[in-house]
Amino acid sequence: MYGTGLAKGLMLTLRHFVDSYIDDIRYGFRKYSHSVDNFGIRQGTQTKGVITVQYPDEKVAVPERFRFVPFLIVEDEDHPTRAGKDWCTSCGICAKVCPPQCIWIVRGNDPDTGRPVPEPEAFFIDIDICMNCGYCAEYCPFDAIKMDHDYELASYDRTTHHIHDKARLSKPNSYWRSIAPTRAYEEMLARGTWEHKDAAKEARRGQSASRSAPRPAAKAAPAPAKKEAQPTPAPAAQSPAAEGATPWSEDDAKREERRRKALERKARRAAKRGG
Amino acid sequence: MPTAAPDAPLTSTTIEGAIDHLRATYPEAVRADDREGYGGIIVDSAQLLDIARFIRDDLGFDYLSSATAVDYLGAGDHMEMVYHAYRSRGGGALVFKAQAEREQPEIPSLVSVWRGADFQEREAWDLYGIHFPGHPNLTRILMWEGFHGHPMRKDWREAYYEEEQKPFDSRWPGGHVHRAEEKNVFGKNVSYPREIDLSRLMDTSESAVYQSLGLGVDVERVMDKDGFETNELVVNMGPHHPSTHGVFRMVLTVDGETVTSLEPVMGYLHRNHEKIGERNTYLHNIPFTDRLDYISSMGNNHGYVLAVEHLLSLGRRYNEPTYRCETLRVMMVELSRIVNHLWAIGFWLNDIGAFFTPVLYFIQERERIMDFFEAVAGSRMMCNYMRFGGLFADLPERIKSVSNLVNDRARDYNTMQFLTEMVSERIPRTIDELEQLLTQNEILIERSVGVGVLSAADAINYSAAGPLLRGSGVPYDIRRADPYSIYDELDFDVAVEDAGDMYARYLVRVKELRESVRILRQILPRLEATQGESIWADGKPGAYAPRVPLGEAYGRVENGKGELGYYIVSAGGKSGTANPWRYHVRAPSFINLTPMGIMSQGHKVADIVGILGSIDIVLGETDR
Repeated sequence: MYGTGLAKGLMLTLRHFVDSYIDDIRYGFRKYSHSVDNFGIRQGTQTKGVITVQYPDEKVAVPERFRFVPFLIVEDEDHPTRAGKDWCTSCGICAKVCPPQCIWIVRGNDPDTGRPVPEPEAFFIDIDICMNCGYCAEYCPFDAIKMDHDYELASYDRTTHHIHDKARLSKPNSYWRSIAPTRAYEEMLARGTWEHKDAAKEARRGQSASRSAPRPAAKAAPAPAKKEAQPTPAPAAQSPAAEGATPWSEDDAKREERRRKALERKARRAAKRGG
Repeated sequence: MPTAAPDAPLTSTTIEGAIDHLRATYPEAVRADDREGYGGIIVDSAQLLDIARFIRDDLGFDYLSSATAVDYLGAGDHMEMVYHAYRSRGGGALVFKAQAEREQPEIPSLVSVWRGADFQEREAWDLYGIHFPGHPNLTRILMWEGFHGHPMRKDWREAYYEEEQKPFDSRWPGGHVHRAEEKNVFGKNVSYPREIDLSRLMDTSESAVYQSLGLGVDVERVMDKDGFETNELVVNMGPHHPSTHGVFRMVLTVDGETVTSLEPVMGYLHRNHEKIGERNTYLHNIPFTDRLDYISSMGNNHGYVLAVEHLLSLGRRYNEPTYRCETLRVMMVELSRIVNHLWAIGFWLNDIGAFFTPVLYFIQERERIMDFFEAVAGSRMMCNYMRFGGLFADLPERIKSVSNLVNDRARDYNTMQFLTEMVSERIPRTIDELEQLLTQNEILIERSVGVGVLSAADAINYSAAGPLLRGSGVPYDIRRADPYSIYDELDFDVAVEDAGDMYARYLVRVKELRESVRILRQILPRLEATQGESIWADGKPGAYAPRVPLGEAYGRVENGKGELGYYIVSAGGKSGTANPWRYHVRAPSFINLTPMGIMSQGHKVADIVGILGSIDIVLGETDR
């Protein structure tokens, strides 16, 4: 009969309409309350219908992997030896891997020797150009650059506010652990320490008197047995360096030497190009 | 004219057999392309038209998927047109090329053989300056009329040009930041090339708006109040019109309210994606592909990584993606196909008058899929998820957000549970609702049955792809016709409808939604079985600057909107290069507009909006 299809469709709209009230009654109109406890009702998998999130009164917490413009990790202020120090070694991989080329790094030089030091002198990200792809964080070998969760970057003047410099970009390590605990934990496992690679190396160098244990064993040592365990924000306590389990090997010294020489060569070349 | 009569009818069904047959027929005009890493044949331009007809009629390659140009500046100094022809009953490509000298390149037009070459040849003229004698309307298509130069040529440089290829030296180690606009090479001192007629830029007359469209109607004359001698009128739709799904313009010639001809005008969102792609390294391009068809970025990633992986496989150090990686890719692509079709049907309904009620019901489900993408890939739409030989990351154990300094309302689900619920309950329920709401709706049927008809023969000849092709009764789905990834082991049917009208396209999309759910149901146990397997063949992520061996590759996937192809040429030193020499996107949204004109003829103006909606385009991909 003509019109049955139409009627069937309209029944569906009617059902959606009625369902929304049934849902309201089921949850005692708590959907309309702004309390945190009721958020699950409104955004849960069981709820029917689309319910507006009352932004900016409430904000949906983004998943850990969410990526917005990058920030640089610096050591926490309460770190015993490296407080406030950059994790970045200014190796330049993020600048090279950046698709729209919005990362600018001035590599630091030792004022006495003129040699490059593993620390950026200046670091800029033009957030108007950044396409939030996350490559810099993905390919950083030092876990020093991460994608932020803070997406509220609007300003009244793009020419003064949208080039983020090092001061604006730097955020403490504890911030990263607060926005992405699982990933920070996984990175710690891969790195073998809660600290920066270099810090761990320094610590190892300090205790390099005995070169007994082989390296692979040392690498395996810091991995905690329980994977489900949530990482506690106590970096020093879980550091393998503190346990003194990682010795400094001959290979590392050679590699360090080679790296230093390569960096010098590169700096010379860059200087030549610049001049 | 054939130089030799074919000895015998074609018996072999393989590509090699076809090429042998072709070479036997045209011994002088056809030679194998024996450059390192290349395949196919090079055809003498003088006989291209004859050979193309022979390829279509005698060899059966009736579907021209892609026609594109390459500029070999410094590597032979010639222009080359590359054609990928397929058989509409399935199988691999017959790749043939025609070359011309670089300064005044001229290659005969193939529009008389495949109408699908129309826009693609106009694009090659626009971006490369190749002249196509025999083309009915060889005008610029993406750049504006009056643009100086042909921007894809290797010696053309854009404003703010920095270097030929990324990464730029200025970024590190002495990266003192500056804005490109502060170093504007033109500054305030703009000079125009001699060829530009400045008086035309000031021309506000009606005829200037329609110049170069070849409408065959005198606009000034019909606008004249006294001129009743003609009954045709030119109507401009767009570019700023909600029904055009972006900035897209159609110029209609109408007789009363009936459309007699339609000319699509595009390029308002053109950013020379391909030139950017050639400046980029291979890895840089993946997030850029997200921005093509931004509704289904997973599919865009997939086509591109397939093409580059093909090139990488020519080298020595290459690991195939693991089974888990392929499974995850297929899952993501099928989810984005669902998103795409829900979106396409929803907005098509907006176009024909069911304003926003249906689309909101569909968006409700799309939100869940977006949440899932965000938790896995980090972004809802710009997923940037696939890598050469792997993926950005495996599935997280939980889809979880943590309330922290910046955001407060948290969510936490088990990933597999979330997926299972979505695939087995939520999405099928939404498709059922969709069908209940629409399939038998009399208004919908009256609006769409018999409107915008495209015959099967035309669909093939016009290189239509995706639901547009299958809605015309051609059961051509690349996942079956030329399988890639793990599609050959999955059980699903190719959705097809014979009518060729808007309603048939709608039904194809609904069927494909169901088929995608069917595929996802087979994916879930495969995910469980490969739990713990690495997504990278050697267990560690790929390099940040992979060197790609010399050669060419065409990677194509069945995306939501149709066949998405990437033609990539790697040329450079012996050890390969980090930047592509040629990066071309065969965009379904672009080529599917070729038959828009014939589909619209004889319909009312109000139907044009629906016909455009039923093709399903995204301007990010059309204009590139």
